[in-house]
Amino acid sequence: MLMAEKMKDKKLEATRFGFAKALVELGKEDPNVVVMDADLAKSTLTKNFADVYPERFFDMGIAEQDMLSTAAGFAKMGKIPFACTYGVFVAGRAWDQIRTTICYGEFNVKIGGMHGGISVGPDGATHQALEELALMRVLPNMTVIVPCDTKEAYKATMASAKEIKGPVYLRFGREGVPILTTDEDPFVVGKANVMREGSDCAIIACGFMVGEALDAAKELEEEEGIKCRVVNIHTIKPIDKEAIIAAAKDCGCVVTAEEHQLAAGFGSAVAEVVCQNQPVPMKMVGISDRFGESGEPWELFEAFHITWKDIKKAVKEAVAMKKA
Amino acid sequence: MYSKAFVEALEQKSCDIRGDILMMLKEAKSGHSGGSLSSVEILTALYFYKMKHNPMNPDWDGRDYFILSKGHVCPALYTALAHSGYFPREELKTLRKFGSRLQGHPHWLKLPGLETSSGSLGQGLSVANGMALALKLDKKPNRVYCLLGDGELQEGQIWEAAMTSAHYGLDNVCAIVDYNNLEIDGYVEEVMGIHPLVEKWLSFNWHVHECDGNDITSVIRALDHASQMKRKPSVIIAHTTKGKGVSFMEDVDLWHGKTPSPEQLEQALSQLDGACSVFKPWN
Ligand SMILES: Cc1ncc(C[n+]2csc(CCOP(=O)(O)OP(=O)(O)O)c2C)c(N)n1
Repeated sequence: MLMAEKMKDKKLEATRFGFAKALVELGKEDPNVVVMDADLAKSTLTKNFADVYPERFFDMGIAEQDMLSTAAGFAKMGKIPFACTYGVFVAGRAWDQIRTTICYGEFNVKIGGMHGGISVGPDGATHQALEELALMRVLPNMTVIVPCDTKEAYKATMASAKEIKGPVYLRFGREGVPILTTDEDPFVVGKANVMREGSDCAIIACGFMVGEALDAAKELEEEEGIKCRVVNIHTIKPIDKEAIIAAAKDCGCVVTAEEHQLAAGFGSAVAEVVCQNQPVPMKMVGISDRFGESGEPWELFEAFHITWKDIKKAVKEAVAMKKA
Repeated sequence: MYSKAFVEALEQKSCDIRGDILMMLKEAKSGHSGGSLSSVEILTALYFYKMKHNPMNPDWDGRDYFILSKGHVCPALYTALAHSGYFPREELKTLRKFGSRLQGHPHWLKLPGLETSSGSLGQGLSVANGMALALKLDKKPNRVYCLLGDGELQEGQIWEAAMTSAHYGLDNVCAIVDYNNLEIDGYVEEVMGIHPLVEKWLSFNWHVHECDGNDITSVIRALDHASQMKRKPSVIIAHTTKGKGVSFMEDVDLWHGKTPSPEQLEQALSQLDGACSVFKPWN
């Protein structure tokens, strides 16, 4: 089966919608919340905030470095600025501003990184953020969150302003993705959610790949009797070590899945915990050291080998390594 | 307009600050001499004349804000802060030493009186804008000052920020360019020219004021002028001499990141002695 077919029956919504809804809500709750964008407000959906609170919305033009440092100035004065644009531009071009002015200065800046991952599709490699989680997670004082669906995106955005005093990077996607959680499901920053129980292999995933992990787990059980635990790690930094160690211990092998470069990304973050605390065989599904390209989102997932089928294959390999 | 006695007191303060900068740099054995010395009158004018601030209560919300964008000249800022009473003058000796609150480039979470951390050039004006925008949102009258280097103006972000200040009509922002003509690799005009500078800022829709940046009266006149301007941000282009006050450092690029030896310090202090008599060396 092709991924496009599989996605047909699913109820989809892009995570940026949950983000935009939360921004408007935060704007109502807290007059200190301000929103900034770099000429992409219609795409990032910060326009929804701008329409309701125009006096607290600042378009900074196509000037990401200026936007991020200005955000630090807002935070210095007690505001809670959300600075938003595509992940490639904010994390790449303004990295030094984020590092030295925001993170070193411990300023309460929230960064909305849109168009994360290859699911950006037709815009191609220049717009597909595949390295930004690595760039952000190496920074001291930074919190990095990748919501798995629009509901988690809403909760993550609310939590980033209300529960975290300090810099936060939030990754959102352009494309509609399956809704996997409910309004009632818990969302605690830094705390993983187990989405399915199992003890043969742990699939640890973030963002969109959580859905792929669940699909893989379901088929593996039906087809091969392999029972997988699926762990959704929405907070990549600080990462939930306990949940990872428990998963590695209980299952004896681990597969990670991410819509990001394998090098220094999410799987690497999990591996840092596994190999130092509970070493078990590991396989990582993600982008292998190459740039993206144009295409339809699900077509690209197939081409770059980051579908549920690739996860299934990785699980079987990990289980075999465990037995060997 | 400004009494002779007052101007003389500020000149004396500048001289004291110069002396302490030289002594702390000698002690530290590394750090930035030239750009610290060129900015002394600017900092003296801000901390001992123009800015509202309260060393007893550094977080006082009625204060004006100073953002040091060219963070490498923190010896000048640290000295101005110590002389204002934010921390003991003795502590200047700890510059760049392990465990010191006086980091090689300023870190605001360590030392009272600092507003931000800097050292990566080109970012301060944007930060000042963010603060100024927040002050406008809160309808507060405080002003934000930002010191830039002339070499620093080569950073593209400065001009992004210049657009932002003008676009949002931030008349509570006052940028000051320490126009000492030198950067690390030589003369700014030879490395990457910024001329014509006045026209650049004017075309970015700023009020522009020029002054002799090593003359206290000229600096305070420019600051007073700038603070009366409405609807647009102000920039003061302060013509200065890098290494000002020490004959062998003046206008010599090598003194950008070099510190005086004990003998050179003695020689330098004796030159200051000629200009002002009250300065008291440490030890
Ligand atoms: C982004 C960045 N690039 C390079 C440096 C290294 N650096 C430190 S000072 C300096 C020259 C600054 O020249 P200028 O702004 O004219 O300052 P001044 O002459 O007043 O010392 C450079 C290149 C830096 N601190 N930050």
